[in-house]
Amino acid sequence: MVNKENHNFVEIFLKEEIEEVKGQKIARKAKAYLNLNTGRIKTGKLFYIHYDLSAKQVEDFANHALKDNILHQIFVNEHYRDENFSSFILVAKLPGVTDDEGISAQKTMADYFNIDLDTTTQHIFSQQLYFIENELTKAQMQRLAEEVLGNKLINHFEYGKQRIEANYIPEVHLHSDKTVSYIDILVNDAKLLKISDDRLLSLNLEELKAIKHYYSDPQIQEIRKDIGLKTQPTDCEMEIFGQTWSEHCKHKEFNAIIEYKNLDTNETETVDSLFKTYIKGSTDVIQQRLKKAGNNWLIKVFSDNAGVVRVDENRLFVWKVETHNSPSAIDPYGGAITGILGNNRDPLGTGVGGAELIFNTDVLCFGSPFYEKELLKGQLHPKRVFAGVRQGIEDGGNKSGIPTVNGSIIFDDRYSGKPLVYCGTGGIMPEQYKGQDSWKKEIDPGDHIIMAGGLVGKDGIHGATFSSAEIDESSPASAVQIGSPITQKLLSDFIIDATRKGLIKCSTDNGAGGLSSSVGELARISGGAFVDLAKVPLKYSGLKPWEIFISESQERMTLVIEKENLTDLRTLAQKYEVEMTDIGNFTDSGFLEVRYDNMMVAYLKMDFLFNGTPRKKLAAEWQSPPTSEPQIGQVDHNDVLLKLLSSLNICSREEVIRQYDHEVKGRTVLKPLMGKEGKSPQDAAVVRVDNHSYEGIAVSNGIIPRYGDLDPYAMSAGSFDEAVRQIISIGGKLPDPLDDSSRFWSANDNFCVPDSVYDKNKNPDGKFKLGKLVNMNKALYDMAVFFNIPMTSGKDSMKNDFTAEGKKISVPPTILYSMAAKIDDIRNIVTSDFKVAGDLIYQLGETYNELGRSEFYKLFGEKGRNVPQVRKEKAKQLYELVVKANEKSLIESSHDLADGGLAVALAESCFGTGLGAKIDISSFTKLTPDFILFSESHSRFLVSIVPSNKEEFEDIFGERANLLGIVTSEAKLKIDYKGKNLVDTKISPLYDAWHNGLKEQT
Amino acid sequence: MKRVRAIVVAGFGINCEQEMQAAYQKAGAQTDIIHLNDIFNERVSLSDYHIINFPGGFSFGDDLGSGKVMANKMKYKQTKNGDEFFKKLKKFVNRGKYILGICNGFQFLVKMGLLPNTMRDLHQEVTLTFNKSGKFEDRWCYLKVNKKTNTPFLKNISMIYLPIRHGEGRLIFANKKIRENIKKNNLNCMSYCNKNGKVTSKYPFNPNGSELNCAALTDKTGRIFGMMPHPEAFLSVYNHPAWTYLKRKNRNKEKGDGLRIFENIVKHVKKNYKGI
Repeated sequence: MVNKENHNFVEIFLKEEIEEVKGQKIARKAKAYLNLNTGRIKTGKLFYIHYDLSAKQVEDFANHALKDNILHQIFVNEHYRDENFSSFILVAKLPGVTDDEGISAQKTMADYFNIDLDTTTQHIFSQQLYFIENELTKAQMQRLAEEVLGNKLINHFEYGKQRIEANYIPEVHLHSDKTVSYIDILVNDAKLLKISDDRLLSLNLEELKAIKHYYSDPQIQEIRKDIGLKTQPTDCEMEIFGQTWSEHCKHKEFNAIIEYKNLDTNETETVDSLFKTYIKGSTDVIQQRLKKAGNNWLIKVFSDNAGVVRVDENRLFVWKVETHNSPSAIDPYGGAITGILGNNRDPLGTGVGGAELIFNTDVLCFGSPFYEKELLKGQLHPKRVFAGVRQGIEDGGNKSGIPTVNGSIIFDDRYSGKPLVYCGTGGIMPEQYKGQDSWKKEIDPGDHIIMAGGLVGKDGIHGATFSSAEIDESSPASAVQIGSPITQKLLSDFIIDATRKGLIKCSTDNGAGGLSSSVGELARISGGAFVDLAKVPLKYSGLKPWEIFISESQERMTLVIEKENLTDLRTLAQKYEVEMTDIGNFTDSGFLEVRYDNMMVAYLKMDFLFNGTPRKKLAAEWQSPPTSEPQIGQVDHNDVLLKLLSSLNICSREEVIRQYDHEVKGRTVLKPLMGKEGKSPQDAAVVRVDNHSYEGIAVSNGIIPRYGDLDPYAMSAGSFDEAVRQIISIGGKLPDPLDDSSRFWSANDNFCVPDSVYDKNKNPDGKFKLGKLVNMNKALYDMAVFFNIPMTSGKDSMKNDFTAEGKKISVPPTILYSMAAKIDDIRNIVTSDFKVAGDLIYQLGETYNELGRSEFYKLFGEKGRNVPQVRKEKAKQLYELVVKANEKSLIESSHDLADGGLAVALAESCFGTGLGAKIDISSFTKLTPDFILFSESHSRFLVSIVPSNKEEFEDIFGERANLLGIVTSEAKLKIDYKGKNLVDTKISPLYDAWHNGLKEQT
Repeated sequence: MKRVRAIVVAGFGINCEQEMQAAYQKAGAQTDIIHLNDIFNERVSLSDYHIINFPGGFSFGDDLGSGKVMANKMKYKQTKNGDEFFKKLKKFVNRGKYILGICNGFQFLVKMGLLPNTMRDLHQEVTLTFNKSGKFEDRWCYLKVNKKTNTPFLKNISMIYLPIRHGEGRLIFANKKIRENIKKNNLNCMSYCNKNGKVTSKYPFNPNGSELNCAALTDKTGRIFGMMPHPEAFLSVYNHPAWTYLKRKNRNKEKGDGLRIFENIVKHVKKNYKGI
């Protein structure tokens, strides 16, 4: 702690007469999270001004630039006290943690005094002050501080009964440290492993041996001697291996050779890379079909930060879905916001770069907010994780001006150790910039390496290796990063302008692995690179060279610039107030060369660095679990429906949806909630490509992890089908390789699984888990190839386990299929809400005896056996009929049947319309009512039509359509079966049950 | 006269500039999106335009309070040649031209003291701060136009349905006197109301707890106009949350109601403003 008596500070509080909304919110959270009665909370801000100003200047600046005359009372160089409050908490940022408000205050100081400030130095530090009415114990204050007001990984706290005058300034005091150390690699296996453990490299023995072998090569030793390096690896080189060979960057398990044994059939097979066989394998098949038919919409897959498909003659669609699970587990807000912003940089840095980002879509998996088990050390309550992640997504999207158009939230207590945070972003890119193809990445030796955006600090060191390891109590705090949406907004505005001016040759994101990863990957194109780390602008001094190279400080992009464009680019960067630094050149030397001034820091052969990773060999086994169907006795269907609607996985997400800006840009024509009252949940989102044309892009998400417990193949196929049918439901058309209109479909596959590498002691069921993963991949291949929907990008996250106190919480194997498809004319979109009384209601598609792992069985604590299967031929045939009916505008409303089955879909289609439905399900002859109403069979829709279209409609669908009843003007849901009434209720209690399921959770 | 020229200010976290430009294009004005620094650098002159537009967004992340850092910049920062930017703005207004601020843009205008400016001294008289709910909200609201307003932006509009998307939209007056002045002069030109057009403080009709249920303000001339809701996000019927229902009812005229505000001002400038 530093005592800076000669510096100024300003405290800002609301005037007494202004309602303390922020304080009230904190009091509510304290009650909800900690069951703590705080009484009234008064909030304030403290700004330490670390800049030479006269007393009058400080007064003027505080009064005119910091204070809002109507809201605030301010105190200059005086600590506010208030006798009406009995507890006090101060929350500051730890040294080096992003302090946006401090930076904004200093920017406004520069504007106010019309001075040029050194932007790489922090002059103003912001802190939060809380006065609490009730007298809290020290332990209570600590909990309030650490669990509601901040996070000890990023914040410094002071608390007590009295106002504390701490004068805490989070300056980073590090001595300059430019040293490079060498690591003895010519050692035995045990010592090799220790090298990896000590440095958090997450390298296994095989990999360490390969590295040892490289350094033992006399030729390499000769080269190193010539350039003045010792034979042994430098610290930086080992870190580069750790990053480049991390699971996060290299996907070693998806590239492993897997011996797979199906114990059900006793068949064995060798899978030579899951990625190559199933993911890339299916896309290759589809690409060939498209090419053969002269279809040209599949532009770029797997080889760049995001996949690229064609929208029309002049425009491309670029999109990517990522995960940010590990950081979100230890700092939910920071993890989610950096997840969003980091994922935004993927489409922004694809090809040349500069896509205009048009939507975010976020899928989240949490433990129940009502989780009651004792928390393990380091485990955060799911409620807190949910609230923090939600806030991170709000700020990450809203403050960037990117609409969060849809998503999904899944609750399952197996996500209470590690949540899953899937962040997706789509963008539109012109096909060419100044005559150059925008989607290509071309680099020539001599091109300059420019780092643009934020400064580099210690944040996020080891993020890539950390995400490749399971979490435990002692997970590194330096892996936590805080995103700054405003820094990134300035950066992306700059890049969008620079690409259109033809100043950028290509670009990439600085994410996991930092410069090591971004420069290393780009260097593969030219065949080498040279970087001088001494040029990299730092947040504070004292970083070692290797730390500069692998730091994951956020909001940075690496740009490839031709020499003649440097001056123009610099001028543009000044206009946008974006930092940019020339840090080196690309070469064709075949080596990655890293220096700090004249000191050599790393010199690695590109070919070994990128192709020298030994492949993993893994074993997988599959055996169907023993299961049976339960006997559920007589049930009250009214009651079951109410319970289903209020259940966590079905109830309304309105609380969350409304806090996301889902229509900034003014192009979201299918929003998450629509209809007369803006209350009807929708199956997919649609965003217009621009403000003038009627072309749109539909976005959907398929994810049903619970089915995987019984049948991972069916789970994966069903998730795929869910994403497809959502887009069909709203009026999309299946891809047809023989049709050369550029109507693209583009899927992202995202696997999140627990550690699936067998270990006798640590992971005894590892083979079985890997068997599940293989089955999920088989389904991916079968579905993709059948529907001609290519994976254009994806992600795998392989270690989603949380271990503490000898206990392990592992996520269920989960796959998310995120799909985007072109909508030719957004004016033909179909929404889920019933429109007019008298319309006829049909179910399209067949219901089967498929209640296995259903929400219905869950109400009775049962799992069952019959998980819904995808009958893909029948599904495709039905989807084609739906398209046909939509071409004739015969469908007035359509909602896909999913969680909770037909009964839930019926209720949801009535919500917010003021209408009801009168239904008779006697025509389902083969099943009993529980199955008809609650079975979750795939590939089905609930639709309504105008009565006069009955004949034409039934001609199209034949037996695939089942007339259920009629939309009524009375807002009641009535369901009969063979003369007996099953459901008879007003819509309003159903709506209330559905609407209030998550209330006050966010 | 020649075409009406509108400038849409961008940069520093403003993010609704594109739809604002689209709105003016659809309304028939020539529209340029200009980074604020190009005005500070004197590369672009405000005097070449009839209407200055400050769009929505999160300028400087809304640090120090929504729009505050941006308002400071425009109020205190000098241009490259050492002129006060704020003087240029005043000059622009004094020449009888128009300013529109939406959402974050409205927050700038209020915090710079350009709105409502009842005392004509360009001091801040009202503020926009955190919604009573403590939450950012995206929802569509009904708005009733004050019949006595003189602002050309709202001509012939009596009620309108628009999305609000803000965390800091609660309007508070400095004191009773200001409040009375605003009422007396009908500067509170738009109020949150229910479906039937009845002005109400009930949540969520009034989504933020604004005093007087006020959603928009003008100055006495009616030429400076700021509002929290987003008319630029309702340019076509397909923005409306119930457009598929309206389509079924054959009430889906292509044009969105939000566009009327832009058409109003472009028409008004064309008719009333001579020269540039």
